[in-house]
Amino acid sequence: MTDKTKFQLDRRQLVAGTAAVAATTALGMPHIARAADAIKIGLIHPVTGFLQFSGSQCRFGAQLAIDEINKNGGIKSMGGAMLEAVLGDAQSKAEIGAQEVTKMQEAGVAAIVGAYSSGISTATTQEAAKHGIPHVVDVGVSDKIVSRGLTNTFRFGPGFGVIAKQGVKSLIELNKAAGNPVKTVAIVHENSTPFGTGIAKLMTNGLKDAGFEIIETLGHPSPNRDFSNIVLKLKAANADLVIPSNYYNEYVLLARTMQRQRVSPKAIYSVLGGAASQYKFLKEFPEAAQYIMDCNHWFNPKNPKALEVRQATRDGGKFFNYEVFLAYTAMMFVADAMERAGSADRAKITEALASSTWDGHIMPYGPTKIENGQNTGARPLNTQIIGKEIEVIAPAEYATAKAAFPRPA
Amino acid sequence: MYDPSIIAASIINGLMTGSVYSLVALGLTLIYGVLHIINFAHGSLLMLCMYGVWFLYAQAGIDPYLALPLVAAGAYCLGYGLQRSVIGKTSHGRDEIILLVTLGVSIIIENIALFVFTANERVVQVPYDIDGIDLGITFLVIPQIAAFVASLAITAALWLFIARTDIGKAIRAVAKERQGARLVGVNVEHIFAVSFGIGTACLGAAACLLAPTFPISPQIGYIFVLIAFTVVVLGGMGSFVGALIGGLIIGVTESLGGLFFGESLGKLGISLIFILILLFRPTGLFGQRT
Repeated sequence: MTDKTKFQLDRRQLVAGTAAVAATTALGMPHIARAADAIKIGLIHPVTGFLQFSGSQCRFGAQLAIDEINKNGGIKSMGGAMLEAVLGDAQSKAEIGAQEVTKMQEAGVAAIVGAYSSGISTATTQEAAKHGIPHVVDVGVSDKIVSRGLTNTFRFGPGFGVIAKQGVKSLIELNKAAGNPVKTVAIVHENSTPFGTGIAKLMTNGLKDAGFEIIETLGHPSPNRDFSNIVLKLKAANADLVIPSNYYNEYVLLARTMQRQRVSPKAIYSVLGGAASQYKFLKEFPEAAQYIMDCNHWFNPKNPKALEVRQATRDGGKFFNYEVFLAYTAMMFVADAMERAGSADRAKITEALASSTWDGHIMPYGPTKIENGQNTGARPLNTQIIGKEIEVIAPAEYATAKAAFPRPA
Repeated sequence: MYDPSIIAASIINGLMTGSVYSLVALGLTLIYGVLHIINFAHGSLLMLCMYGVWFLYAQAGIDPYLALPLVAAGAYCLGYGLQRSVIGKTSHGRDEIILLVTLGVSIIIENIALFVFTANERVVQVPYDIDGIDLGITFLVIPQIAAFVASLAITAALWLFIARTDIGKAIRAVAKERQGARLVGVNVEHIFAVSFGIGTACLGAAACLLAPTFPISPQIGYIFVLIAFTVVVLGGMGSFVGALIGGLIIGVTESLGGLFFGESLGKLGISLIFILILLFRPTGLFGQRT
């Protein structure tokens, strides 16, 4: 009996409640419509799984850009439309990344920024192409990403080929400028992915042609927890230059083991070195990191805006690593295109991206020129860890310090 | 062919690493010897202890070697509690259930670690990280020497404890004849938990010795526990001396394998020993036939 009364009361309440909700919805309609005006941007990154650190850094960089745009009044050509991030987690797997694109399609995003690694980016760009969603790749350096004829796919930063070529060229120039102190080279590379082996091969060929003698090439798997043997071999080889080509953890361990075993070649030089231009490495192992040189993604250190973004990143408790400024710039690149397109229409954004001449960025790339989706002005810089800072040592127009090469004893 | 000095240096490095393998295997072999279970949570517990070391170092500035008694004691309590309140209660005395429970415990610990600490590696950098002795052929740093000496000392101490004390006798009694021990008044459940606690305490000690050299991540346990299983099989299930000698042999094999066959192929040596031992001497070097 009591139950029945309760039910009847509930039913009355239900009717009243429904009416109230309907009224509120009607009153709230204009507000909801305004919220729908926000332009959705898909951010797909591997924020869990083994790429979690880098993926989170990327997400942070892209969100930093979105916050900045919104703070400065949104997309002005669209009446100050705000940007709204739709977050996706690729879980460090390419297939999950592709699934996330489908979710982005359902959410109705205007563009996608992502997806850190080459493998995931290859999958996400392809899936985005099916739906005609413009996709700007923030990091993924594999040149296959932009050579498949996908008209929706763009990369603002440099690819593997450009970086490797520049890496070899810079090293030869550095050596020449210092009076050719380096004659013999030892390469330590990871051999679990195409990255380490690929760089090792390119460096070997490039340096052999320039007259260097490669006296030792040592491979190791990723992950690898012990570099004792490799360092013993490096000690025996006594090469003038050591080129490590591996990911962050192994790079750090190798540098530490070399330091422990007192192996100090005239220089340590990397191309896309895992830790060679990472503030985390410098903070945690300042001594092992000293004088290590790298040819890698880097911001324009002479651009005051870049230094502002670096400060904002540090204030946010993150390291200003390449993931952050590349994702930040990729997002800004999309925003600039939307500003010019004056529309959230995917085709119009794609067109604006393809014809971009954007030069208001923090990278050392000059005005943007897109060819087959790739920004042709994109280039790496040469950095060196000197004291408590990561300095740019080449090319001269961006240099903040003179190279310590060969490194002081 | 390499210079003899490089080979000698590689053997020394192998012995240093092997000593810590022994310590990790010691806990495993003790738990196996008494409880007759393969503890799948061994690697996760090691990882948890390493985070404990990192936490004490990062939050309270406690040196990992000074933290050893504290971490070992904490690990003992953790192991004791785990056996008494989870593994013992859920197993209903059946070995296959214990196996699955330890597997479940390991999955839970790992995912909690992943959630709390994330996959980012944590490092414990002691100020004397690169100080040590120059042997000419190689440079031995303090973290290596400390790990070697402490591992041998802990193994010896544990052996004495088991051989000379009343609890040690009770542990041996339970290991040999569970029902018999119960009949003469040994509290078998308590001894089970004590053994599990001591095995975990060994991990606590190993964690302190490993932390200054190895970056800590939720997956770190796997690396050592797989090797520890090989060490236990090589040395003989339940044998302390076996764990010690087995650890040193595996350490040297790994090191020389890496030197001669490269870092990728060199790891095969360990698996090869594992298979050969199972084929030709399944009881291990110091194991007893049952």
